[in-house]
Amino acid sequence: MKAAELDLVLDRYEPVIGLEVHAQLKTASKIFCGCATTYGAPPNTQVCPVCLGYPGVLPVLNAGAVELAVTAALALGCIVHETSLFARKHYFYPDLPKGYQISQFDRPLATGGSLAIVLDDDAEKSIGITRVHLEEDAGKSMHTESGTLVDFNRCGTPLIEIVSEPDLRSPREAYLYLRSLKQTLEYLEVSDCNMEEGSLRCDANVSLRPVGRSEFGTKTEVKNVNSFRYVEDALTFEIERQARLLEAGEQVVHETRLWDSGRGEARPMRSKEESHDYRYFPEPDLEPLAVDAMMSEGIRSRLPEMPRVRAARLVTEHGLPAYDADVLTATRALADYYEAVVELFNRPKEVSNWVMGEVLRLANERGQAVRLEPTPQPIAPADLAGLLENKQAGKISGSAAKEVLAIMVEEGGGDPLAIIKGRDLEQISDAATLETEIEAVIEAHPEEAEAYCGGKVGLLGFFVGQVMKRTKGQANPELVNQILRRKLG
Amino acid sequence: MTPTVSATAISADVRSGETSAVDVVDGALERVADLDLNAFLSVRAKAARTDAADVDRRVAEGESLALAGVPVAVKDNIALRDGPTTCGSRLLEPYVSPYDATVVMRLKAAGAVVVGKTNLDEFAMGSSTENSAYGPTRNPHDRDRVAGGSSGGSAAAVAAGAVPIALGSSTGGSVRQPAAFCGVVGVKPTYGRVSRYGLVAFGSSFDQIGTLATSVEDAARLLEVVAGSDPLDATTRPEPVEELAADIDSWEPRGARIGWPKEYFATGLDPDIRRACETALQRLAAGGAEIVEVSLPHTESGVAVYYIVAIAEASSNLARYDGVRYGFRAPSDDLQSMYFRTRAAFGAEVKRRIMLGTYVLSAGYYEAFYGKGTAVRARITSDFDAAWDQVDALVAPTTPTPAFKIGEKIEDPLEMYLNDIYTVSANLAGIPAISIPYGAIDGLPIGVQLMGPPLSERRLFEVARFLERDVDSGSSP
Amino acid sequence: MKITPEEVRHIARLARLELTADEVTRFQVELSQILDYVAQLEDIESDVSAEPPPPDQPLRQDVVKPCADPSTLHRQAPDFVDGLFRVPRVVE
Repeated sequence: MKAAELDLVLDRYEPVIGLEVHAQLKTASKIFCGCATTYGAPPNTQVCPVCLGYPGVLPVLNAGAVELAVTAALALGCIVHETSLFARKHYFYPDLPKGYQISQFDRPLATGGSLAIVLDDDAEKSIGITRVHLEEDAGKSMHTESGTLVDFNRCGTPLIEIVSEPDLRSPREAYLYLRSLKQTLEYLEVSDCNMEEGSLRCDANVSLRPVGRSEFGTKTEVKNVNSFRYVEDALTFEIERQARLLEAGEQVVHETRLWDSGRGEARPMRSKEESHDYRYFPEPDLEPLAVDAMMSEGIRSRLPEMPRVRAARLVTEHGLPAYDADVLTATRALADYYEAVVELFNRPKEVSNWVMGEVLRLANERGQAVRLEPTPQPIAPADLAGLLENKQAGKISGSAAKEVLAIMVEEGGGDPLAIIKGRDLEQISDAATLETEIEAVIEAHPEEAEAYCGGKVGLLGFFVGQVMKRTKGQANPELVNQILRRKLG
Repeated sequence: MTPTVSATAISADVRSGETSAVDVVDGALERVADLDLNAFLSVRAKAARTDAADVDRRVAEGESLALAGVPVAVKDNIALRDGPTTCGSRLLEPYVSPYDATVVMRLKAAGAVVVGKTNLDEFAMGSSTENSAYGPTRNPHDRDRVAGGSSGGSAAAVAAGAVPIALGSSTGGSVRQPAAFCGVVGVKPTYGRVSRYGLVAFGSSFDQIGTLATSVEDAARLLEVVAGSDPLDATTRPEPVEELAADIDSWEPRGARIGWPKEYFATGLDPDIRRACETALQRLAAGGAEIVEVSLPHTESGVAVYYIVAIAEASSNLARYDGVRYGFRAPSDDLQSMYFRTRAAFGAEVKRRIMLGTYVLSAGYYEAFYGKGTAVRARITSDFDAAWDQVDALVAPTTPTPAFKIGEKIEDPLEMYLNDIYTVSANLAGIPAISIPYGAIDGLPIGVQLMGPPLSERRLFEVARFLERDVDSGSSP
Repeated sequence: MKITPEEVRHIARLARLELTADEVTRFQVELSQILDYVAQLEDIESDVSAEPPPPDQPLRQDVVKPCADPSTLHRQAPDFVDGLFRVPRVVE
C-alpha cells in the first residue's frame, strides 16, 4: 500500500513503534471460575455467577493460567517476579460485568525480556519485552439497530498482555515481531494465536521523530490491529497521517484511534475526559501471586526447544538443508512428528521429503494438522516408518509407496506389505521374473533394440517404460535398468 | 420480649427426639410474624418448614447435626438460593440469588433452618439500619431508637427472641455495634476465618461474616459451624477451626494478661460505658488476671483510614450494579443514561460512599488518600502486634454511647461514622473481636468489647463466657 | 479541603451516578467535610509503604466445572433476547 509515500516519509522521519499484544491462554477453564473456554459455543452458555459478576461471588485463580503465563514469560527471557499483584482496572462497558477488569498493574508477573526477529536482509534484531502480565478477557459486544447485544462466553478467559519496548522502527518490523511472537506462543502451546477467533489481538503505539533525533514524538495508540494483513496497513496509515501533520507544522494529538479494516483507516475513538481514569488499586479478593524460584525453574526445565534453535539442530545433527529445517520447525507439532519418524527410520532427508511432501499434502486434503498428540495425524509415525523401511528394502517402489501411504491414511494405518499384496503393488525384485519380462519387451521391439545397439543409448528409458507398463509399475526400477543394459549389451 | 431457648438446648432436644425441628421452626415463624420491628425483609415460611422436615428425617436416620432444627436469621446481604438477597437496596429488589453462600451451605449441612433474611443498611453501609431502602429496624428495648447497624435486623431479631442465633456481617463494626445496642453477643471473627463467598462485598479487605446470639456459647457454636477455609474464597485462612464452644466454662483468668488500650478510654466515651468496662477489668483481675495498660497510638486515625480504604473498595465493588445482567434497570434510550439513571436508585449514603471512594482512587489523589490510608492501616496493625507481646486480650468499649434515637444522626454523616471509632480497628487489623452485653443505662444495653490476636477466637469466647457467667450470677455489673 | 461542584460532577460521571442539583450541593459540603476529617492522616509518619501480606494464593486446578443451568442466569436479565443480553444502544 502506497509504498512510495511511506518510503518518502521514512527518509525524513523515524517511526517509533511498540506493540501491546493480548493472547488468550489455552486453558480448559476460565481464569477465575470453572466455566469452559471453548470457542464458538452458543452465546452465554459458558457463563456462571462468578464470570457474570453476581453479587457475593469471588475469583479463584486458575493454576493452569499461571503456568502458561510463566511459560511464555520465561521463553521471552523475562524475569518472573516471586511476588506479583492483581489490580482492578475500572471502566463501565456492557461486556465488563464487574465494572472492573482484574489485571496486573504496578507489580506485573514478569518484566524485562526480549524477542529476536529476523529482518528481510537476514540480520537479527532483538526487540525488548517490557512486561508480561495476566488478566481476564471481557465479553463480546455486538452493536445493532435495536441495541447492543452481549455474549459473555469469552468473559473471564485468561489473557496475557505482552508489552514490547518501543524498539520497532517500521511497519515491516512490527509485522515480523508479531509473527515471531505468534510462532513462539504457538510453539510453547500457550495460546492458539488465532487472530480470526480473537485469541491473539494487537494494539500499537506509534510516534514519529525526525531522523537523527533521540527524543520521542507524541504517540497515538492504534487499537484493534487484529490481523496480520492489517498490521502493516494500519501502521503505514498512521505513520503517513502523522507525517502529514508534522510536515504541515501541526501537532500530533495524544489519542486512541481505532483501526477500521473495512475503510482502511484509523479513526479517533470518542474522547471522554474520564476515559483514562482507570482508578487502579490492588485486588483485595486475591492474595499476592507467588511464583517461587522452584516453580520457575521447574517450568524453565520443561520449556520446549524454540524453533530457531531446533532448526539449527536439524541442520547440524540431521544434515537437513536449511529450507527443510525451517519448514519442519514452523510448528512444534510438525517438528515433533518429523523427529518421531526419524527416531524409527533414521534417514532424515528421506523422512523430511516425505513429511514435507506427501504427509503434509494428505493432512491438508483432510483438513488436518500434522501432529502426534492426542492422536497422530494423518498417520502414526510407526506406520510411516514401516512403509519407508519396506521401500528401503526394495519391497515397495517409490510410486507404489505414495499410493500405499494414501491407503494407510484412509484406513487409519495397517501393514504396508499386506496392502501391497492385496492390491498388486508389490515390487518385483526377482531377477528371473524380470528377465522373462524384459526378453518379451526386447522381442516385441526389434527396431528399437537395434537402434540402441547402434549407439542410441537414450532409448534405455523407452525400454524401462515398456517393462513398467507390462508389470503395472511393480518392477524394481534399479534391477530393470541393470538387466536391460546387460541384455541389450 | 420472649425468653429465648438457646440454640445449644434446641439442637440437643431435636437430636434426642425430645422435640422436632418442624415444631421448633413453627414456633420461630410465629414469633417472627409477631415481631413488629422491621427486622426481617423476607420470611421463608414454607421453605423453612420443608427444610425443618428434612432435618427431622436426617435426625431420624441417625445423622448427628450440630445445629439440628435451630432457627437462624441471615442478614440480607448473604446469598440464599432461590430467594431474595436485596442488600436493603432498590437495585437488587428484583434479584433472585441463583446460589447459596458458603456459610448458608454450612448452616444447612449442620441442620440449622434459615427462617428469613434480615434488614440492614443498604449494602451494609451504615451504623443504624436507617439506610435500608425498606425502612429502619427498631430497637426492641426502645422502639424509638435504632437497632444499630448495619446488621440491625439480625441483632433485633435475636434480642427480641424471634431466633436464638443469626448471621450478620462486619466491615467496620456492623455486628458488634448492633449487638451492643440490642443487648446480645456479637462476634467479628479473624479476617479469613469465615468464607466471604456469597457475602455481597462492601469493603472486601475488611468484610467478615459474624455471629449474633443471646449467649456466648451459642455465638461460638454458630461460628464453629460456619468457619473454616473455603476453596471458593482465596482469602480464607487454611488453619483448621478449633473447638470454640466446648468447655469454655472451665476457663479461669488466673495467669492471663488482659490489656486495656488507653486511647479507647479518652474523651467522648459515655461514663456508664466506661464504668462497665472498668467493672469487667476488675472482675478479671479478681479472678487472677494481670491487668495491663497498653497503647494503640493510631486508634484515632482508624475511622479516617476506614473511610478511605473501605470506601475505595466499596466504590469498586458497587460498579457491577449497572442494570445489564440482573437487578433493577431504569428505562433509557441509550446506554449511558441507563447507567446513570439505574445507579441513581442507590440511596443517599451509598451514593456518598461511591462518590468518596471514586474520588480517593481518581487520578492525582490515589497516593494522597488510598496510598496514605493503606500505610496508616499497616501502622494500626503493627500497634496491635506490639500489644500482643504484652497481653492475651484487650477489653474496651464497643460504642461511645448506647443506642441513639432514630433520625438523630442521619443528617450528619461524619458523626454517624464516628460511632464506629472503637470497632473499626479490629476490621482494619483483621483481628477477632466480640461484644457482649454488660449492664445497661436507663434500660438501654451496654456492650463491652474483647479483642485478641488473629485466630484467638477460642480465648475470646473463654474470657467472654467468664464475664457472662458473672452477669448471669447477678454479681456484676 | 474544598471540593468544587465541577469536581462533584466529574466524580459522579466517573461513577455513573445521576445527581440532582440538590445532591451536588449536598455532596459538595459533605465530601469536603469528610475529606477534611481524613486529612488528619497527613501528619502521620508512614514513609514505609505498606508491604503486601506474605503471598499465599490458593490456586484452582484447571478443570471445567460448568454452571448447572445458565438459563437461571439469563432469566435474571432485564432484557435478554435470542441468547444475548441486550442494553440500549451506545450513542456516540
